[in-house]
Amino acid sequence: MTQKETMTSSLDQSAPTTPGQERVLVLEAGRTERNYWSDLWAYRELFAILAWRDIAVQYKQTVIGVAWAVIRPLLTMVIFTVVFGTLAKLPTEGTAPYPVMVMAGMLPWFLFSTILSQAANSLVSNSNLIGKVYFPRLIVPTASSIVALVDFLVTFVLLLGLMVVLGFYPSWQILFLPFFVILAVLAALGPALILASLNVRYRDFRFIVPFIVQFGMYVSPVGFASSVVPENLRLIYSINPAVGVIDGFRWCLLGGQANLYWPGFALSLVVVAFFLWLGIRTFRATEKTFADLF
Amino acid sequence: MSSDTVIRAEGLGKKYIIGHQSADRPNTFRDAISQNVRNFLRGAGEMARGKAIVAGDELEEFWALKDVNFEIKRGEVVGIIGRNGAGKSTLLKVLSRITEPSDGRVEIKGRVASLLEVGTGFHPELSGRENIFLNGAILGMTRAEIARKFDEIVDFSGVEKFLDTPVKRYSSGMYVRLAFAVAAHLEPEILIVDEVLAVGDAEFQKKCLGKMQDVAGQGRTVLFVSHNMAAIQAMCKSGILLHQGSVAAGGSVTDVMRTYADASESASEFSRVKPQLQRLAVTRAKASVEKEIILELTIEAEVTTVCAIEVKILDATGAPVGLASVGGWIPQSMATVEHGTSKRIVKIPTDGLASGRYRLIVALTNPGVEYLDFSPNELEVDFERTLRPGETRALSQSEGHGCMRISAELHSSV
Repeated sequence: MTQKETMTSSLDQSAPTTPGQERVLVLEAGRTERNYWSDLWAYRELFAILAWRDIAVQYKQTVIGVAWAVIRPLLTMVIFTVVFGTLAKLPTEGTAPYPVMVMAGMLPWFLFSTILSQAANSLVSNSNLIGKVYFPRLIVPTASSIVALVDFLVTFVLLLGLMVVLGFYPSWQILFLPFFVILAVLAALGPALILASLNVRYRDFRFIVPFIVQFGMYVSPVGFASSVVPENLRLIYSINPAVGVIDGFRWCLLGGQANLYWPGFALSLVVVAFFLWLGIRTFRATEKTFADLF
Repeated sequence: MSSDTVIRAEGLGKKYIIGHQSADRPNTFRDAISQNVRNFLRGAGEMARGKAIVAGDELEEFWALKDVNFEIKRGEVVGIIGRNGAGKSTLLKVLSRITEPSDGRVEIKGRVASLLEVGTGFHPELSGRENIFLNGAILGMTRAEIARKFDEIVDFSGVEKFLDTPVKRYSSGMYVRLAFAVAAHLEPEILIVDEVLAVGDAEFQKKCLGKMQDVAGQGRTVLFVSHNMAAIQAMCKSGILLHQGSVAAGGSVTDVMRTYADASESASEFSRVKPQLQRLAVTRAKASVEKEIILELTIEAEVTTVCAIEVKILDATGAPVGLASVGGWIPQSMATVEHGTSKRIVKIPTDGLASGRYRLIVALTNPGVEYLDFSPNELEVDFERTLRPGETRALSQSEGHGCMRISAELHSSV
């Protein structure tokens, strides 16, 4: 029964099956999908179209539209520069201008936090889909993180502009940026998947996630350089996965003015990998019950 | 699984945990506080054990499906019938993989597309054109497939003029037509359809039914839930009757429909608890028929309310016959329902009706504005017309002329 059976589809040509192998799908309580990852691949078009939808509607019925993606980081940068750089007189990384240093840290932080909050809410805001159609549920939170990548690109252009204005140029390290972008996405997705599945069961997380994001902005080295943290605490500080990501970004963008703290960075990688594993595991264990919980 | 079986269910069950609000509400502030604390502790305990939170303070296991067994062959068009709450929609949800069964197993061969509502995932801000692609992808079509059928879809929907308008500006009819047009162009091997044909105007419904028959005619396997018995009879060769979560009958659609009609004999009354959120509700209703159809209603109201009492009348197959109303046509004759429990008797004349079974749905309304209450169960009465002196034929629904018995008069001039 469980083995694939061979049969020919003699009924009509328009059905998109190839004669020969036909998969028998078995639905049973607690059964995990054997073809989970290939199923996910088969639904890549849905992933693309959901991501496109989220991007297309994000700035609908707003007056200044995509300019919001510029204004938000720009104002935050100004405030952080004034508060931490001018008033608190915290040091920057090497010779990099303080605004550039802040911006280079905000870039990954906004990517991280936007993914976290978008993905954590994505299942609840797409509950109408989940209750009516089948598709691998992992598509929903991951597709919603694409919006954050688009905002990221806009902010990145802003940073480049800022660098030109202040006459500070990155060097060869910028070639490693794509690696750190992927790292930022993965670092956010792990916790986001856990929060998303918890949010379906306990709507308390709707209130907890904004708090995590707000709190996280101050405990992560966004407005200040992580070299401010005392040397003997840096390893513990690096348990926060955002620390490794932000330090990596600064290393790439500030042309090596910021030194990577390798033990801390390695620890961050381990934490990111752990959360990603835990996130996918939690998500897969609960995704079949999502439709019953809305 | 034999080679031409495409769906097989064995001992299929689906369990839900439902909560009830206990009957006695807290009388004092102290009771209210202690009840809230108890609920909080229970919620926290359930969260710690990783269970879902259920509202209400008494929990009950509810089997929406229990020990369901059936087999569906390739190319069959199967009608699934049963009363409200019999488990039809739950069965479709399990088969389309939206929710997993709690018990038993299902084997499915082939690509399944399910259509549990029209316009799933439509986004109000996006244009008609964009929504065709979005909805198509959600229903499982590939981009190339949608692009190939795009013109056909637009043609079928009849909204080509508004393709680039956001669908939030559409009338509800246009919205539904566009949504169904996308769904109608699905080409899966197995199609699962819930009560979605009950939308749009009569002409569009006919078009939809025709399209469904096309799909069925192409040798696809179709599972079809409907309360429209005429549609089921026209489309399906076999049927499954669900009753309280189990298969009560299966086989040829005529047999199943007969069993269904017989099983619903004794439903001439119902009683229920007033839903928490409503200010008034019919808590007991009993229908009988003598010369007139007589409804004895018990209505519970939180505040004194003026409302119309309306009775939808359906024939034996579920097709609407008409609406009987107290106060719906003339606002002055609306009923005043006093605070507390009161009894009302509604009489509906039977002068123009053919013999046969009628189903009644009772509603309390603010006419043309809102439903204040809507009975969850249908009442059934068997009306037998007695012949008046001189008459030789009573007319029965089963003769196929409909439900109206009208005496016409002959005149020599206008």
